[in-house]
Amino acid sequence: MELINIFVKSIFIENMIYAYFLGMCSYLAVSKNVKTAVGLGMAVIFVLGMTVPINYLLENYLLKEGAMKWLSPSLATIDLGFLSFLMYIAVVAAFTQLVEMAVEKFSPSLYASLGIFLPLIAVNCAILGGALFMQQRDYPSVAHAAVFGFGSGVGWMMSIVIIAAVREKIRYSNIPASLRGLGIAFILTGLIAIGFMSFMGIKL
Amino acid sequence: MSTENKEKESLFSAKRRKLITDPLNDNNPVTVQVLGICSALAITVQLKPAFFMFLGVLTVIAMGNVIISLIRDLIPSRVRIIAQLVIVAGLVIIVDQVLKAFVYDVSKQLSVFVGLIITNCIVMGRLEAFAMANKPWPSFLDGVGNSLGYGIILMIVSIIREIFGAGTLTIPTGINTVYVLHVFPQSFYDLGYVNNGLMILPPMALIVVGMIVWAHMET
Repeated sequence: MELINIFVKSIFIENMIYAYFLGMCSYLAVSKNVKTAVGLGMAVIFVLGMTVPINYLLENYLLKEGAMKWLSPSLATIDLGFLSFLMYIAVVAAFTQLVEMAVEKFSPSLYASLGIFLPLIAVNCAILGGALFMQQRDYPSVAHAAVFGFGSGVGWMMSIVIIAAVREKIRYSNIPASLRGLGIAFILTGLIAIGFMSFMGIKL
Repeated sequence: MSTENKEKESLFSAKRRKLITDPLNDNNPVTVQVLGICSALAITVQLKPAFFMFLGVLTVIAMGNVIISLIRDLIPSRVRIIAQLVIVAGLVIIVDQVLKAFVYDVSKQLSVFVGLIITNCIVMGRLEAFAMANKPWPSFLDGVGNSLGYGIILMIVSIIREIFGAGTLTIPTGINTVYVLHVFPQSFYDLGYVNNGLMILPPMALIVVGMIVWAHMET
């Protein structure tokens, strides 16, 4: 039950984009049509769903103060917490490389359309943000962390698909010339985010 | 900015000055290049955290640019992203520890967003686009210029949000001192003026940035 709660919470209430603005760069740049948005969303779900639990294990068995007690009791006082940024980003970068190679092999058309943004998943704030939120919230088990990572990914994908769909339609509307493109995308995101605030406080 | 430029005129040829002034307006990293949006939105509820965030980003971009530029010939191009990330992560760890040591409350307020400087697209974008191909000194200027461009947007957004959201302006006057300016006099509130609480909530940051982009494109 708790896991379902975390899952729903990470999709709707603590949505990566509409509540924390993480991953905005690729969110704005790759949301011009739905198909590419779905592709990138899938990649983000995969990377988030895998890296958050991996980082959770690293955090709790290596980096935290006293986390290395399982190796030998003499290590109980060591606190490598300050290394966590470096560790997280290394895991994320390695994983992205993996996804990039897989996509290049299995779906060249998707690879061509995602272009530069695939390697940029490594610097997608949502991925590292997921790891950092996981660290901050101190989930009790690796399952919680995995569910949180997966849910955040699903929420991110949902957001980018929503905005891509809206932007596909809005191409036909009459917007002031200088507001077209980036400006209206911001304002739309803001309005959707206000809508998403109505999920606040929902608890399963 | 301008006075500083005049003092060191010799080091700043016209071309190099452009590295600093360009990102402030014509090529602003946030509104034109669409980079580094995440943090520009999340930490702009108040002026003070926004200011310290700007300082952090300034340090990381400027130093990162210099370091990458110094070792740019040594990095094999296949692993350059990881090499850049490691250097940036190292710098961010330093910034994070310094913030924790000297301005603990700000560091709490910024929470995960200090760590997210690592993935701030401006940092990676500048390393990739500029420092990998230029000498250290221009790279340093480019880093300073871009973080100033980022800082300006950060300041504008946070000032707007704080004034209308909370009716105050917290101006950092020292490391741990702030001067809280009450923008609206009490008589305003007596007449029935109410702070717009929506401004403090996350969505309004997006709308404010959207408006800034609009205004910027219009000119």
